[in-house]
Amino acid sequence: MKNVDYDLVIIGGGPAGLTAGLYAARARLNVVLIERVAPGGQVLITDHIENYPGFPEGLSGPDLTEKLVAQAKQFGLPIESEEVESLDLSGPVKIIKTPDREIRTHAIIIATGASPNTLHVGEERFQGKGLSYCATCDGPFYRNKNVVAVGGGDTAVQESIFLTKFAKKVYLVHRRDQLRATKILQERALANDKIEFLWDSAVTGLDGFFGLESVKVKNLKTQEERVIAADGCFIWIGIVPNAGFVGDSLEKDPWGFIVTDAKMTTSVPGVFAAGDVRDTPLRQIATAVGDAAIAAYSAEHYIENLKS
Amino acid sequence: MANNILDIDDGTFESEVIKSNIPVVVDFWAPWCGPCKAIGPIIEELAGQYQGKVKFAKCNVDDNPLTPSKFAVRAIPTLLFVKDGSVVESITGMTAKSKLEDVIMKLL
Repeated sequence: MKNVDYDLVIIGGGPAGLTAGLYAARARLNVVLIERVAPGGQVLITDHIENYPGFPEGLSGPDLTEKLVAQAKQFGLPIESEEVESLDLSGPVKIIKTPDREIRTHAIIIATGASPNTLHVGEERFQGKGLSYCATCDGPFYRNKNVVAVGGGDTAVQESIFLTKFAKKVYLVHRRDQLRATKILQERALANDKIEFLWDSAVTGLDGFFGLESVKVKNLKTQEERVIAADGCFIWIGIVPNAGFVGDSLEKDPWGFIVTDAKMTTSVPGVFAAGDVRDTPLRQIATAVGDAAIAAYSAEHYIENLKS
Repeated sequence: MANNILDIDDGTFESEVIKSNIPVVVDFWAPWCGPCKAIGPIIEELAGQYQGKVKFAKCNVDDNPLTPSKFAVRAIPTLLFVKDGSVVESITGMTAKSKLEDVIMKLL
Protein backbone atom coordinates (compact mmCIF):
# COMPACT_ATOMS: atom_id res chain seq x y z
CA MET A 1 0.00 0.00 0.00
CA LYS A 2 1.31 3.44 -0.90
CA ASN A 3 1.88 5.91 1.86
CA VAL A 4 -0.99 8.38 2.12
CA ASP A 5 -2.38 10.83 4.66
CA TYR A 6 -6.00 9.96 3.91
CA ASP A 7 -8.13 7.51 1.98
CA LEU A 8 -10.37 10.33 0.87
CA VAL A 9 -10.23 14.11 0.88
CA ILE A 10 -13.42 16.05 0.26
CA ILE A 11 -12.85 19.58 -1.01
CA GLY A 12 -15.70 22.00 -0.25
CA GLY A 13 -18.12 22.35 2.68
CA GLY A 14 -21.49 23.10 1.11
CA PRO A 15 -24.39 20.62 1.12
CA ALA A 16 -22.59 18.32 -1.37
CA GLY A 17 -19.30 18.22 0.55
CA LEU A 18 -20.96 17.76 3.93
CA THR A 19 -23.19 14.97 2.60
CA ALA A 20 -20.22 13.19 1.02
CA GLY A 21 -18.47 13.59 4.38
CA LEU A 22 -21.41 12.12 6.25
CA TYR A 23 -21.46 9.05 4.00
CA ALA A 24 -17.68 8.62 4.06
CA ALA A 25 -17.51 8.96 7.84
CA ARG A 26 -20.26 6.36 8.24
CA ALA A 27 -18.29 4.09 5.90
CA ARG A 28 -15.39 4.52 8.37
CA LEU A 29 -13.05 5.83 5.71
CA ASN A 30 -9.98 7.79 6.77
CA VAL A 31 -11.46 11.04 5.51
CA VAL A 32 -11.13 14.79 5.95
CA LEU A 33 -13.20 17.66 4.58
CA ILE A 34 -11.36 20.85 3.75
CA GLU A 35 -13.17 24.10 3.24
CA ARG A 36 -11.84 27.50 2.12
CA VAL A 37 -13.50 29.66 4.77
CA ALA A 38 -16.31 28.06 6.74
CA PRO A 39 -18.87 25.34 5.95
CA GLY A 40 -21.99 26.41 4.11
CA GLY A 41 -21.26 27.64 0.64
CA GLN A 42 -23.92 29.34 -1.44
CA VAL A 43 -26.82 28.22 0.80
CA LEU A 44 -25.51 30.56 3.52
CA ILE A 45 -27.01 33.46 1.62
CA THR A 46 -30.37 31.76 1.18
CA ASP A 47 -32.98 33.08 3.54
CA HIS A 48 -35.70 30.59 2.83
CA ILE A 49 -35.48 27.17 1.19
CA GLU A 50 -38.91 25.84 0.34
CA ASN A 51 -38.10 23.08 -2.13
CA TYR A 52 -35.86 20.86 -0.02
CA PRO A 53 -37.91 17.71 0.64
CA GLY A 54 -39.00 16.97 4.19
CA PHE A 55 -39.29 20.55 5.42
CA PRO A 56 -42.84 21.74 4.62
CA GLU A 57 -42.30 24.83 6.77
CA GLY A 58 -39.11 25.64 4.84
CA LEU A 59 -35.74 26.34 6.41
CA SER A 60 -32.93 28.85 6.08
CA GLY A 61 -29.57 28.17 4.48
CA PRO A 62 -27.61 28.76 7.70
CA ASP A 63 -29.97 26.41 9.60
CA LEU A 64 -29.53 23.67 7.02
CA THR A 65 -25.75 24.14 7.18
CA GLU A 66 -25.76 23.88 10.96
CA LYS A 67 -27.75 20.64 10.80
CA LEU A 68 -25.54 19.16 8.07
CA VAL A 69 -22.37 19.98 10.01
CA ALA A 70 -23.81 18.53 13.23
CA GLN A 71 -24.90 15.36 11.43
CA ALA A 72 -21.51 14.83 9.73
CA LYS A 73 -19.58 15.54 12.95
CA GLN A 74 -21.77 13.11 14.84
CA PHE A 75 -20.15 10.37 12.75
CA GLY A 76 -16.67 11.78 13.26
CA LEU A 77 -16.02 13.80 10.11
CA PRO A 78 -13.08 16.16 10.64
CA ILE A 79 -13.53 19.59 9.00
CA GLU A 80 -10.50 21.76 8.37
CA SER A 81 -10.22 25.29 7.06
CA GLU A 82 -7.70 25.76 4.28
CA GLU A 83 -7.68 26.74 0.64
CA VAL A 84 -6.64 24.32 -2.07
CA GLU A 85 -4.19 25.88 -4.54
CA SER A 86 -3.69 23.05 -6.99
CA LEU A 87 -3.93 19.31 -7.58
CA ASP A 88 -1.36 16.85 -8.84
CA LEU A 89 -3.31 13.93 -10.28
CA SER A 90 -0.49 12.45 -12.36
CA GLY A 91 0.29 9.50 -10.11
CA PRO A 92 -1.76 6.80 -8.37
CA VAL A 93 -1.51 8.81 -5.16
CA LYS A 94 -3.23 12.15 -5.59
CA ILE A 95 -1.60 15.25 -4.15
CA ILE A 96 -3.55 18.29 -2.94
CA LYS A 97 -1.51 21.47 -2.48
CA THR A 98 -2.54 24.11 0.05
CA PRO A 99 -0.48 27.14 1.19
CA ASP A 100 0.79 25.16 4.21
CA ARG A 101 1.08 21.54 3.14
CA GLU A 102 0.76 18.80 0.56
CA ILE A 103 -1.92 16.23 1.30
CA ARG A 104 -1.52 12.73 -0.12
CA THR A 105 -4.70 10.76 -0.68
CA HIS A 106 -6.13 7.81 -2.61
CA ALA A 107 -9.33 9.54 -3.63
CA ILE A 108 -10.76 13.05 -3.89
CA ILE A 109 -14.33 14.33 -4.04
CA ILE A 110 -14.51 17.85 -5.46
CA ALA A 111 -17.56 19.67 -4.11
CA THR A 112 -16.41 23.27 -4.36
CA GLY A 113 -19.64 24.59 -5.84
CA ALA A 114 -19.97 27.76 -7.82
CA SER A 115 -19.85 31.53 -7.32
CA PRO A 116 -22.09 34.26 -8.67
CA ASN A 117 -21.26 35.55 -12.11
CA THR A 118 -20.33 39.22 -12.34
CA LEU A 119 -21.53 41.97 -14.69
CA HIS A 120 -18.06 43.06 -15.87
CA VAL A 121 -18.98 46.76 -15.82
CA GLY A 122 -16.46 47.82 -13.18
CA GLU A 123 -18.56 46.76 -10.22
CA GLU A 124 -15.54 45.97 -8.02
CA ARG A 125 -15.52 49.65 -7.03
CA PHE A 126 -18.94 49.26 -5.42
CA GLN A 127 -18.29 45.97 -3.62
CA GLY A 128 -19.81 46.44 -0.18
CA LYS A 129 -20.87 49.96 -1.21
CA GLY A 130 -24.11 49.21 -3.00
CA LEU A 131 -23.27 46.12 -4.98
CA SER A 132 -24.48 42.82 -3.59
CA TYR A 133 -25.11 39.17 -4.33
CA CYS A 134 -26.96 38.52 -1.06
CA ALA A 135 -30.43 39.91 -0.43
CA THR A 136 -30.63 38.25 2.99
CA CYS A 137 -27.42 39.93 4.14
CA ASP A 138 -27.79 43.33 2.61
CA GLY A 139 -31.51 43.83 1.87
CA PRO A 140 -32.23 45.53 5.21
CA PHE A 141 -29.72 48.30 4.37
CA TYR A 142 -32.12 49.43 1.64
CA ARG A 143 -35.22 50.24 3.67
CA ASN A 144 -37.39 52.64 1.66
CA LYS A 145 -34.74 52.94 -1.03
CA ASN A 146 -34.71 52.05 -4.71
CA VAL A 147 -32.70 49.06 -5.80
CA VAL A 148 -31.92 47.38 -9.09
CA ALA A 149 -31.88 43.59 -9.39
CA VAL A 150 -30.41 41.80 -12.40
CA GLY A 151 -31.41 38.39 -13.76
CA GLY A 152 -34.47 36.31 -14.61
CA GLY A 153 -33.85 32.90 -13.07
CA ASP A 154 -35.06 31.40 -9.79
CA THR A 155 -32.51 33.21 -7.65
CA ALA A 156 -33.10 36.64 -9.21
CA VAL A 157 -36.87 36.37 -8.92
CA GLN A 158 -37.02 34.86 -5.43
CA GLU A 159 -34.52 37.36 -4.04
CA SER A 160 -36.23 40.31 -5.74
CA ILE A 161 -39.45 39.34 -4.01
CA PHE A 162 -37.52 39.20 -0.72
CA LEU A 163 -36.08 42.67 -1.37
CA THR A 164 -39.59 44.17 -1.62
CA LYS A 165 -39.90 43.61 2.15
CA PHE A 166 -37.46 46.50 2.56
CA ALA A 167 -37.01 48.46 -0.63
CA LYS A 168 -39.38 51.16 -1.86
CA LYS A 169 -39.04 49.77 -5.34
CA VAL A 170 -37.17 46.95 -7.07
CA TYR A 171 -36.29 47.37 -10.74
CA LEU A 172 -35.75 43.87 -12.14
CA VAL A 173 -33.53 44.00 -15.21
CA HIS A 174 -33.64 40.98 -17.47
CA ARG A 175 -32.12 40.34 -20.90
CA ARG A 176 -35.16 38.57 -22.25
CA ASP A 177 -38.86 39.42 -22.51
CA GLN A 178 -39.94 36.75 -20.05
CA LEU A 179 -38.64 35.19 -16.85
CA ARG A 180 -36.85 31.86 -16.71
CA ALA A 181 -37.77 31.22 -13.07
CA THR A 182 -40.12 28.50 -11.83
CA LYS A 183 -43.77 29.37 -12.52
CA ILE A 184 -44.77 29.79 -8.88
CA LEU A 185 -42.02 32.39 -8.40
CA GLN A 186 -42.97 34.16 -11.63
CA GLU A 187 -46.58 34.42 -10.49
CA ARG A 188 -45.53 35.96 -7.17
CA ALA A 189 -43.16 38.45 -8.78
CA LEU A 190 -45.58 39.56 -11.48
CA ALA A 191 -48.25 40.13 -8.85
CA ASN A 192 -45.93 42.21 -6.67
CA ASP A 193 -46.54 45.90 -7.32
CA LYS A 194 -43.19 46.93 -5.83
CA ILE A 195 -41.34 45.19 -8.67
CA GLU A 196 -40.97 47.00 -11.98
CA PHE A 197 -39.73 44.80 -14.82
CA LEU A 198 -37.25 46.16 -17.33
CA TRP A 199 -37.45 43.57 -20.12
CA ASP A 200 -34.90 43.03 -22.90
CA SER A 201 -32.43 45.07 -20.89
CA ALA A 202 -28.95 44.89 -19.46
CA VAL A 203 -26.95 46.90 -16.95
CA THR A 204 -24.22 48.81 -18.76
CA GLY A 205 -22.77 50.91 -15.98
CA LEU A 206 -22.73 51.80 -12.29
CA ASP A 207 -22.08 55.23 -10.91
CA GLY A 208 -21.68 56.99 -7.58
CA PHE A 209 -19.26 58.99 -5.51
CA PHE A 210 -18.86 57.30 -2.09
CA GLY A 211 -21.20 54.45 -2.87
CA LEU A 212 -23.58 53.44 -5.60
CA GLU A 213 -26.00 56.19 -6.64
CA SER A 214 -27.23 55.18 -10.07
CA VAL A 215 -27.40 52.28 -12.49
CA LYS A 216 -27.30 52.62 -16.26
CA VAL A 217 -29.69 50.25 -18.03
CA LYS A 218 -29.85 49.72 -21.78
CA ASN A 219 -32.78 48.32 -23.69
CA LEU A 220 -31.21 45.79 -26.05
CA LYS A 221 -33.99 46.08 -28.61
CA THR A 222 -34.30 49.87 -28.88
CA GLN A 223 -30.69 50.60 -27.74
CA GLU A 224 -32.23 53.23 -25.49
CA GLU A 225 -30.28 53.90 -22.31
CA ARG A 226 -31.74 55.17 -19.06
CA VAL A 227 -30.23 56.02 -15.71
CA ILE A 228 -32.03 54.70 -12.65
CA ALA A 229 -31.36 56.32 -9.31
CA ALA A 230 -30.65 53.41 -6.98
CA ASP A 231 -28.66 52.85 -3.80
CA GLY A 232 -28.27 49.14 -4.34
CA CYS A 233 -27.68 46.76 -7.23
CA PHE A 234 -28.14 43.03 -6.71
CA ILE A 235 -26.73 40.65 -9.28
CA TRP A 236 -28.09 37.19 -10.00
CA ILE A 237 -27.01 36.36 -13.53
CA GLY A 238 -25.91 32.79 -13.16
CA ILE A 239 -22.86 31.16 -11.68
CA VAL A 240 -19.32 30.17 -12.51
CA PRO A 241 -17.73 26.96 -11.19
CA ASN A 242 -15.15 27.16 -8.40
CA ALA A 243 -12.76 24.92 -10.27
CA GLY A 244 -9.78 27.14 -11.02
CA PHE A 245 -7.49 25.06 -8.78
CA VAL A 246 -8.25 22.00 -10.93
CA GLY A 247 -6.51 23.57 -13.93
CA ASP A 248 -6.68 21.29 -16.92
CA SER A 249 -6.04 18.12 -14.93
CA LEU A 250 -9.71 17.08 -15.35
CA GLU A 251 -12.08 17.24 -18.29
CA LYS A 252 -14.41 20.24 -18.11
CA ASP A 253 -17.38 21.40 -20.17
CA PRO A 254 -17.13 24.63 -22.22
CA TRP A 255 -18.16 26.69 -19.16
CA GLY A 256 -15.57 25.10 -16.87
CA PHE A 257 -17.84 22.71 -14.98
CA ILE A 258 -16.25 19.31 -14.24
CA VAL A 259 -17.49 16.45 -16.41
CA THR A 260 -18.46 13.20 -14.64
CA ASP A 261 -20.22 9.94 -15.44
CA ALA A 262 -23.28 8.61 -13.61
CA LYS A 263 -21.02 7.39 -10.77
CA MET A 264 -19.66 10.94 -10.37
CA THR A 265 -16.25 9.78 -11.62
CA THR A 266 -14.29 12.48 -13.43
CA SER A 267 -11.84 11.90 -16.28
CA VAL A 268 -9.31 10.70 -13.67
CA PRO A 269 -10.15 7.46 -11.76
CA GLY A 270 -10.32 8.08 -8.02
CA VAL A 271 -11.35 11.71 -8.48
CA PHE A 272 -15.06 12.40 -8.16
CA ALA A 273 -17.15 15.57 -8.36
CA ALA A 274 -20.53 16.41 -6.80
CA GLY A 275 -22.92 19.34 -6.69
CA ASP A 276 -22.81 22.69 -8.47
CA VAL A 277 -19.19 22.35 -9.65
CA ARG A 278 -20.24 19.41 -11.78
CA ASP A 279 -21.56 19.46 -15.32
CA THR A 280 -25.23 18.83 -14.42
CA PRO A 281 -28.62 19.89 -15.81
CA LEU A 282 -29.96 21.10 -12.45
CA ARG A 283 -28.22 22.82 -9.55
CA GLN A 284 -30.27 22.44 -6.39
CA ILE A 285 -29.54 21.35 -2.82
CA ALA A 286 -31.56 18.19 -3.51
CA THR A 287 -29.42 17.30 -6.54
CA ALA A 288 -26.16 18.24 -4.78
CA VAL A 289 -26.77 15.88 -1.87
CA GLY A 290 -27.82 13.12 -4.29
CA ASP A 291 -24.60 13.56 -6.28
CA ALA A 292 -22.63 13.52 -3.04
CA ALA A 293 -24.11 10.23 -1.81
CA ILE A 294 -23.21 8.59 -5.12
CA ALA A 295 -19.72 10.15 -5.13
CA ALA A 296 -19.00 8.90 -1.59
CA TYR A 297 -20.26 5.43 -2.48
CA SER A 298 -18.12 5.38 -5.64
CA ALA A 299 -15.08 6.62 -3.71
CA GLU A 300 -15.57 3.92 -1.07
CA HIS A 301 -15.59 1.23 -3.78
CA TYR A 302 -12.58 2.73 -5.51
CA ILE A 303 -10.61 2.68 -2.23
CA GLU A 304 -11.75 -0.87 -1.41
CA ASN A 305 -10.55 -2.10 -4.80
CA LEU A 306 -7.17 -0.43 -4.28
CA LYS A 307 -6.72 -2.17 -0.97
CA SER A 308 -7.85 -5.65 -2.00
CA MET B 1 -20.00 34.64 22.24
CA ALA B 2 -16.41 34.64 23.34
CA ASN B 3 -15.59 36.96 26.22
CA ASN B 4 -12.71 38.55 24.37
CA ILE B 5 -15.00 40.08 21.74
CA LEU B 6 -16.46 43.36 22.86
CA ASP B 7 -20.03 44.29 22.00
CA ILE B 8 -20.08 47.90 20.90
CA ASP B 9 -22.92 50.21 19.98
CA ASP B 10 -23.49 53.66 18.51
CA GLY B 11 -22.80 55.14 21.95
CA THR B 12 -19.50 53.38 22.70
CA PHE B 13 -17.99 53.31 19.19
CA GLU B 14 -16.06 56.56 19.67
CA SER B 15 -14.49 55.62 23.01
CA GLU B 16 -13.85 51.92 22.29
CA VAL B 17 -12.78 52.07 18.65
CA ILE B 18 -11.70 55.55 17.59
CA LYS B 19 -9.93 56.33 20.87
CA SER B 20 -8.56 52.84 21.47
CA ASN B 21 -4.84 52.74 22.23
CA ILE B 22 -4.45 49.44 20.36
CA PRO B 23 -5.69 48.54 16.83
CA VAL B 24 -9.30 47.42 16.54
CA VAL B 25 -11.12 45.01 14.24
CA VAL B 26 -14.84 45.79 14.09
CA ASP B 27 -17.19 43.09 12.83
CA PHE B 28 -20.47 44.51 11.52
CA TRP B 29 -23.07 41.78 11.68
CA ALA B 30 -26.74 40.98 12.17
CA PRO B 31 -28.61 37.93 13.40
CA TRP B 32 -30.28 37.41 9.99
CA CYS B 33 -27.00 37.23 8.07
CA GLY B 34 -25.83 33.69 7.28
CA PRO B 35 -22.27 34.51 6.22
CA CYS B 36 -21.87 36.62 9.39
CA LYS B 37 -22.71 33.57 11.48
CA ALA B 38 -20.36 31.44 9.41
CA ILE B 39 -17.33 33.68 9.96
CA GLY B 40 -18.11 34.07 13.68
CA PRO B 41 -15.83 31.19 14.75
CA ILE B 42 -12.95 32.60 12.66
CA ILE B 43 -13.28 35.99 14.36
CA GLU B 44 -13.35 34.27 17.75
CA GLU B 45 -10.16 32.34 16.93
CA LEU B 46 -8.41 35.52 15.81
CA ALA B 47 -9.57 37.34 18.93
CA GLY B 48 -7.96 34.60 21.02
CA GLN B 49 -4.76 34.64 18.99
CA TYR B 50 -4.22 38.39 19.09
CA GLN B 51 -5.51 38.99 22.61
CA GLY B 52 -3.85 42.05 24.13
CA LYS B 53 -2.46 43.22 20.78
CA VAL B 54 -5.63 43.82 18.80
CA LYS B 55 -9.09 44.60 20.15
CA PHE B 56 -11.97 42.71 18.53
CA ALA B 57 -15.41 44.27 18.57
CA LYS B 58 -18.84 43.39 17.20
CA CYS B 59 -21.46 45.90 16.11
CA ASN B 60 -25.01 44.73 15.49
CA VAL B 61 -26.22 46.81 12.53
CA ASP B 62 -29.87 46.19 13.42
CA ASP B 63 -29.62 47.88 16.80
CA ASN B 64 -27.06 50.49 15.78
CA PRO B 65 -27.92 52.23 12.51
CA LEU B 66 -25.66 55.28 12.97
CA THR B 67 -22.23 53.66 13.01
CA PRO B 68 -22.60 51.57 9.82
CA SER B 69 -23.97 54.54 7.87
CA LYS B 70 -21.13 56.75 9.14
CA PHE B 71 -18.66 54.30 7.62
CA ALA B 72 -20.75 53.64 4.48
CA VAL B 73 -21.27 50.01 5.45
CA ARG B 74 -24.01 48.74 3.11
CA ALA B 75 -23.24 45.04 3.21
CA ILE B 76 -22.40 42.52 5.88
CA PRO B 77 -20.31 40.88 7.08
CA THR B 78 -17.99 43.88 6.87
CA LEU B 79 -14.81 44.03 8.90
CA LEU B 80 -13.30 47.43 9.64
CA PHE B 81 -9.61 47.53 10.55
CA VAL B 82 -8.93 50.63 12.62
CA LYS B 83 -5.61 52.00 13.85
CA ASP B 84 -5.05 55.28 15.70
CA GLY B 85 -8.62 56.34 14.98
CA SER B 86 -8.58 55.85 11.24
CA VAL B 87 -9.77 53.04 9.01
CA VAL B 88 -6.81 51.20 7.51
CA GLU B 89 -8.84 48.70 5.53
CA SER B 90 -12.33 47.27 5.22
CA ILE B 91 -13.24 43.81 3.99
CA THR B 92 -16.73 42.73 2.98
CA GLY B 93 -17.91 39.14 2.61
CA MET B 94 -16.68 35.75 3.74
CA THR B 95 -12.91 35.83 3.84
CA ALA B 96 -10.36 33.16 4.68
CA LYS B 97 -8.63 33.39 8.04
CA SER B 98 -5.20 33.66 6.42
CA LYS B 99 -6.26 36.73 4.43
CA LEU B 100 -7.63 38.40 7.56
CA GLU B 101 -4.35 37.67 9.34
CA ASP B 102 -2.44 39.38 6.52
CA VAL B 103 -4.45 42.56 7.15
CA ILE B 104 -4.06 42.29 10.93
CA MET B 105 -0.29 42.11 10.47
CA LYS B 106 -0.47 45.54 8.82
CA LEU B 107 -2.06 46.93 11.98
CA LEU B 108 0.69 45.71 14.29
